[in-house]
Amino acid sequence: MKILVPVKRVVDFNVKVRVKSDQSGVETANVKMSMNPFDEIAVEEAVRIKEAGAAEEVVAVSLGVPQAAETIRTALAMGADRGILVKTEEALEPLAVAKLLKAIVEREAPGLVILGKQAIDDDSNQTGQMLAALLGWPQGTFASKVVLQDGFVEVTREVDGGLETLKLKRPAVITTDLRLNEPRYASLPSIMKAKKKPIEELTPGALGVDVAPRLEVLKVTEPPKRTAGVRVNSVAELVDKLRNEAKVLP
Amino acid sequence: MDFRLSEEQRAIVEVARSFAHNEMAPHAATWDEQSIFPVDTLKAAARLGMAAMFVPEADGGSGLGRLEAALVFEQLARACPSTAAFLSIHNMVGWMIATHGTAEQKARHLPGMVTMDTVASYCLTEPGAGSDAASLRTRAAAEGADYVLDGEKAFISGGSVSDLYAVMARTGGEGAGGISCILVEKGTPGLGFGKPERKLGWHSQPTAAVVFDGCRVPQANRLGDEGEGFRIAMRALDGGRVNIAACSLGGAAACLDLALAHAKERRQFGRAIADFQAIRFTLADMATDLEAARLMTWRAAAALDADDPEKTKLCAMAKRLATDLCFDICNMALQIHGGYGYLRDFPVERYVRDLRVHQILEGTNEIMRVIIARRLLAE
Repeated sequence: MKILVPVKRVVDFNVKVRVKSDQSGVETANVKMSMNPFDEIAVEEAVRIKEAGAAEEVVAVSLGVPQAAETIRTALAMGADRGILVKTEEALEPLAVAKLLKAIVEREAPGLVILGKQAIDDDSNQTGQMLAALLGWPQGTFASKVVLQDGFVEVTREVDGGLETLKLKRPAVITTDLRLNEPRYASLPSIMKAKKKPIEELTPGALGVDVAPRLEVLKVTEPPKRTAGVRVNSVAELVDKLRNEAKVLP
Repeated sequence: MDFRLSEEQRAIVEVARSFAHNEMAPHAATWDEQSIFPVDTLKAAARLGMAAMFVPEADGGSGLGRLEAALVFEQLARACPSTAAFLSIHNMVGWMIATHGTAEQKARHLPGMVTMDTVASYCLTEPGAGSDAASLRTRAAAEGADYVLDGEKAFISGGSVSDLYAVMARTGGEGAGGISCILVEKGTPGLGFGKPERKLGWHSQPTAAVVFDGCRVPQANRLGDEGEGFRIAMRALDGGRVNIAACSLGGAAACLDLALAHAKERRQFGRAIADFQAIRFTLADMATDLEAARLMTWRAAAALDADDPEKTKLCAMAKRLATDLCFDICNMALQIHGGYGYLRDFPVERYVRDLRVHQILEGTNEIMRVIIARRLLAE
């Protein structure tokens, strides 16, 4: 079995993001970029499945600017076998990403696609679901546990009421939640070896996918600055404020 | 001249940074306070290839260059200079065996050193032979197929906890040419240790005298030729000096970050102390000195990788400059913290204590000047 792992290059989670002065988005020039943390979990899970002998190959795919090759290289250093980079300068929306991934799935025919439940830049939480719908494949989202079975995969999901376990027929799409695993550090020798692993380069045109945006971003603004709090004198006053000012109590 | 790191070098920095941040930084104060030798953390670093960075891949190591290793040591030392420095010494011995060892010696020691199941120490200094290392008196007398070692080594990092000791001992006459390098394994009869030294800093690694009393090892344990030991030891120290410079960079970088954060947060006379020119100028000098030290360290590392004829001088320059400037940076960070900097509840004083010894070991900074001047005057 082959596992496809889409990985996204995002602003590093440690960076304090700044909104561009023209409100068109957040500043990404001269900002540290890393692999989306949920995607790291996806790579780790795929590599563990391969190490357990249940998969032969892990393919990391990224879509976007040429520097996304570095994100693929991170996945290769963690244990993925090869990479695919679909190069485009276009800002990609989840639907375009799902369509591109569908085209790659059709070329690669993986038994599983494992991807992060969302990316920490846009927090869309749509790509995995859209990809499953476009492919007509079963989906197990927000996975906290993945167990392979003969022809199936059992996915434990983190839902509001607790844990839900689904049995999906393969091929299937899985999106990862935070507690699925703890990603490894890439070892120094594996970083050097990653340099020698192949990365194939494609374009949306070559895959026959129209990635033109369907949505228009009107503006991006900073959240309001936090203002100083007030000190309440009694529990009664607190309850009163919660009920009548904040309106969080009935 | 391109000062940018390559993609792989940046990936190496990133791994070392997150390992140090997640696995070392939360514990460094405890290791210091309770003198804990974090062998499990060192083994975790070894699993990432950090214990055998100069050992070729064919021998199971990471096969990295000096510059890459300097990047790793700087990041690890941001969290704990003492532990990073210990790892650098282990790596130095790994280089000695990988470079000068026989196939048998490599096969016997390197696999364990790669995983740090075998921890290695470097034994040159003696109570009576510090800066004048070539006057060492530990004797390795040939008896049949063996050497019998008698003497004492002082200030040995890892003394008593290490499993393997690379010992510079006299097999011939006076001077550097009478010295050979001999590998002594823990458990060899006649190998003993002094009690752990009580030190200003470097508390996460034990330092002790290593004592030889009729300690018999096969002559097959000799690394390199008879009489070649001092040359091997000095070549190892070229690299060791870059490593210790890099460990200083990490400590200083951490202190600069702490000083910047404190200067922005601490308010006196109605404003943040970062608004006062005295503090701003100090911060500017700290950052400038750190960058100068880093450039010199990278220059020396690159010279070693390129086998530059000036490498020994450049390594001495880097060690002298980086360890002096970086100690001063830590000390300035302490000053910016005021009374809080003197408290153990804040991390700055630990870095000051840890970095102080970098000006002394791997050759004192005065000996660095001797090396530099000797080369200058020979030209």
